[in-house]
Amino acid sequence: MNAPTPAHADHSLDSFGDAAASATRVTPGNALRPEDIAIQTVRPSEDVAQYALRLGDDSLILAQRLGHWISRGPEIEEDIALGNIALDLLGHARSFLTYAGHAWGKTEDDLAYWREEDEFRSAWIFEQPNGDFGVTIARQLVVAIYQRLLYSRLVESADSTIAAIAAKALKEVDYHRDHAIQWTLRLGDGTDESHRRMQAAIELMWPYVDELFDDDELTERVGDAGVRPSTLRGEFDAEIRAVLDEATLALPAVPRASGGGRRGEHTEHLGYLLAEMQVLARKHPGATW
Amino acid sequence: MMSQENEGQAAGQQANVWPLWEVFVRSSRGLSHVHAGSLHAPDAEMALRNARDLYTRRNEGVSIWVVPSEAIMASDPDAKGSFFESPQGKDYRHATYYTKSEGVKHL
Repeated sequence: MNAPTPAHADHSLDSFGDAAASATRVTPGNALRPEDIAIQTVRPSEDVAQYALRLGDDSLILAQRLGHWISRGPEIEEDIALGNIALDLLGHARSFLTYAGHAWGKTEDDLAYWREEDEFRSAWIFEQPNGDFGVTIARQLVVAIYQRLLYSRLVESADSTIAAIAAKALKEVDYHRDHAIQWTLRLGDGTDESHRRMQAAIELMWPYVDELFDDDELTERVGDAGVRPSTLRGEFDAEIRAVLDEATLALPAVPRASGGGRRGEHTEHLGYLLAEMQVLARKHPGATW
Repeated sequence: MMSQENEGQAAGQQANVWPLWEVFVRSSRGLSHVHAGSLHAPDAEMALRNARDLYTRRNEGVSIWVVPSEAIMASDPDAKGSFFESPQGKDYRHATYYTKSEGVKHL
C-alpha cells in the first residue's frame, strides 16, 4: 500500500515501552486523529470541503445505524463486531467532518448535530433501516466493497489530508469487507431460511447501489483530490458478483432508486435517525459527557 | 459453509448456542501466545475474527490462536495434592541445592 505519511501524526503517545509478556498489553499506536486535523493550518477549498462532507456523512449515518445493533446482536460477540465497525466509521466521519468544517469555521459537532436533514449529503443506502441481521449484512457488503475501492484510490488524492484519512480508513474498511463477506457466505450458503432471507436482503439493498457511482458536478470539480465514482463501478460489480456467486445468491435485477442524497434529498428514514442522533446535543447545547 | 470444525461442535449447535473457543494472543514478535480468554463463534474462521474484535482492540497482539474449548484437557483441581504437591521438599531437584565445585567459575 503506498499510503502517504500523515503530515500531522502525533507520536507523543507511542511511549508505552517494550513488549511485556501480557496478552492484554495496551498501546495507543500511531494514526492520524481528528484532533490532529483540527489543529492543522491547511484549509480545504470549498469544493474539497463539500466532497469531504459527503464522505463524512456517509460514514456518520452508517455508524449511527450500526450502533443500534449494540445489545441486539444474535450473540454478544457479534454485538461487539458491529459496534467495532460502527466506531471505525465514526472515526472516519470525525476526520472528514473536522476537515470539511475547517473551510467554514465549524467543528465536527457543529456539522453532526446542528445541520438539518436536507443539509446532509450521504447517499441513500447509508440511512436504510437495519432490518434483520441479513439486511444489515447486505448493506455492509455493498458499502464495504464500495468504500474499500474508494479509499484505495483516495490514498493517492491530490489533497494530502484526504489521502491521509483514506490511508487510515482503508485498513479498517478492509476488515469491514471481510466481515460482511464471511457472513454473506454463511447466510447465503447456509440453511434454506438463511438463504431466503439473505437473497431478500440483497434485493432490498440493490436499488441503492447505483447512486454510489453517480458522477456529478462536484466530483468533476474536485478532480484529482477525489475519485470519479463511476470509475469504481466495474471493479465493484466484479467483486460483489464473485461473493454472491460463492454464496449461491443471485445478482438482483431490480430498478434503481432515484437517489438524491448528494443534493440533500433523502428517504423518509433519515429524519428519524437524525432526531435520535441529535436530540441530546440540541437539548443540552454545549454539554460535554 | 459448514466446515468440519463446525460438525465437530454438534453438541453446542443442538442447544442453538455457538460453541466456545479459547483465545491465545501473542503480544509481539519473539514472545509466546498467552491465554487471553474465551468466546463463542459458529466456526474457527469466525472465532478468529471475534477474537480480533474482543482481544486486540488496543494494539494487544500480532498473532491470534483459537482452539475449541472442548479440545483442551485440563488437570483435575481435586487431584492437586498428588499432581502438584509431590515435588515439595525435594529441594535436590533445584540447582541451588548443590554446592558449587571449587574451580568451576561462571556457573
